[in-house]
Amino acid sequence: MSPANTHAPVRRNALAAPLSRMLVYLLLIVTAIVALVPLYVMIVTAFKSMEEIRSGTLLSLPHSFGFEHWWKAWNSACTGLRCEGLKVGFVNSFLITVPSVVLAIAAGAVTGYALSFWRVRFANVLFTAMLIGGFFPYQVLIYPLVRITSTIGLFNSLAGVIFVHVVFALPVVTLLFRNYFASIPIDLFKAARVDGAGYWRFFFSILLPMSVPMIAVAGILQVTFIWNDYIVGLVFGGINYAPMTVQLNNIVHSTYGEREYNVEMAATLLTSIIPLLVYFTSGRWFVRGVASGAVKG
Amino acid sequence: MFVRSPSSSRLQAALTLAPVAFIVLSVYVGGVLWAAGISFTRSSMLPNYRFAGLTQYINLFSNARWQVSLCNMALFAAIFIPITLLIGYSIAAMINRGVRGENALRTIYLYPFAMSFIVTGLVWRWLLDPSFGIADVARKLGFENASFDWIVNADMAIFTIIIAAIWHSSGLVMVVLLAGLRGVDDDLWKAIRIEGIPAWKAHLYIIMPSIGASIATALVLMSLTVVRLFDVVVAMTGGGPGIATDVPAKFIIDHMFERQQVGLASAAATTLLLLVLAVAVPLLILKNRRK
Repeated sequence: MSPANTHAPVRRNALAAPLSRMLVYLLLIVTAIVALVPLYVMIVTAFKSMEEIRSGTLLSLPHSFGFEHWWKAWNSACTGLRCEGLKVGFVNSFLITVPSVVLAIAAGAVTGYALSFWRVRFANVLFTAMLIGGFFPYQVLIYPLVRITSTIGLFNSLAGVIFVHVVFALPVVTLLFRNYFASIPIDLFKAARVDGAGYWRFFFSILLPMSVPMIAVAGILQVTFIWNDYIVGLVFGGINYAPMTVQLNNIVHSTYGEREYNVEMAATLLTSIIPLLVYFTSGRWFVRGVASGAVKG
Repeated sequence: MFVRSPSSSRLQAALTLAPVAFIVLSVYVGGVLWAAGISFTRSSMLPNYRFAGLTQYINLFSNARWQVSLCNMALFAAIFIPITLLIGYSIAAMINRGVRGENALRTIYLYPFAMSFIVTGLVWRWLLDPSFGIADVARKLGFENASFDWIVNADMAIFTIIIAAIWHSSGLVMVVLLAGLRGVDDDLWKAIRIEGIPAWKAHLYIIMPSIGASIATALVLMSLTVVRLFDVVVAMTGGGPGIATDVPAKFIIDHMFERQQVGLASAAATTLLLLVLAVAVPLLILKNRRK
């Protein structure tokens, strides 16, 4: 029979066991196929010509592999008034994601450190406030943030988008690091203190090298969330710093005349490439982050 | 290395926290209180401070669009949360029995969560397209009268959004619950087996209560999806047909920026925040108690 960790309920007869096992595999495979259908349809549609889309079905394989719709989606599809394709949004998404993730992790790690090893007055109040803040719907904070960023002159600028992303990411990243640091034995901290390590010395020389796994988990989740963000980019990026998701939505919804489904799906795939690459190459970390409840959603 | 006294280090810790404390105070506390204050004024295009009592709230709750938005959110929650939980739990329980190819299966189930809600909405809009989507596949398979027009049908469109959201979130819920199931004591399973308790009963009355913390996490994550529901609606239906698939988040953003009714939008945002706190705070307490 199967390995020791099989938690099946009691089997009444010899036939029931293999049957229920087969049923489990069948159900798992069917659900996996259902989960994959949208990705499959996206890929095949992106390669088909419009002629094929009309004559064939959603699920049929493409006969010819056309790359011109991909090129159009990337280079010349109209995202509103401008027709320069997604490439502009791709660059913007990069310019937004990289600094936002780096800053959010730096701020979260340093804050988590100050919150866990040092008894600062009101630290718990601050932490609780942050935790509750992490549950606020974005829409509630958007207008105050619009006023704040326009007051300090960051509205409709790259720095403004990054600032808002960092503010939104701060609670969850801080929580991750604080919980991670809480698992580190306090004796290590005491020993380092006895050896004369100062505040930053302990952080940079001892804590940070131990935190590489946590940095990877937080980094992967934040890259995915920030790249996939729509609302922050829409409100704070203006026309010049619209991220890829905003441009994608514009491409699909601002078409006049005949809709080009193949261009739409190519654009959709192009927008998903970075998060999918991150996910498929580092899924293990991703799962770890998700399983530890490190998700803001 | 120069040795610092503990008090100077503690001062440094306090200094480190200062910028974060400033952000929390100005944005999360100040900003929200300010927005709540605006909801009691006559603000329209720009905020002003002429007190209006509960006028904005009265207008809000007599606004048909807001009523539709709230109903949609309630309907969405009532269907999305139980079904996603059921799918996520079932898959997690099956994987937990020990199956081959667990990593590959988990990767497949969770990948939708790595996609943005805009992408999710656009893909499902294409899949459910009445002329070229799944209905067309059925027609070409011989079911000539097959039609599936929910996405353009005002009564049914909200269900297409629920389908897309379930696809997006089931894997996430599965991973969270699987982590919980992995923590269940082997002796508990043995006891269940020895007692001969039927599988469904064991799951419902013994296993599910013993992974309460994981279920609470999953519920929190799903509730956040419910209140933040915005991108997928924008991508899939744009709130239409008409206002049939409008949701509170979309109502707030539209009234804030396009319709320039800041007071009304702030009243809606404040209402939504109170709803969120009413759901999230008990769940958080439950979760921490279970730990």
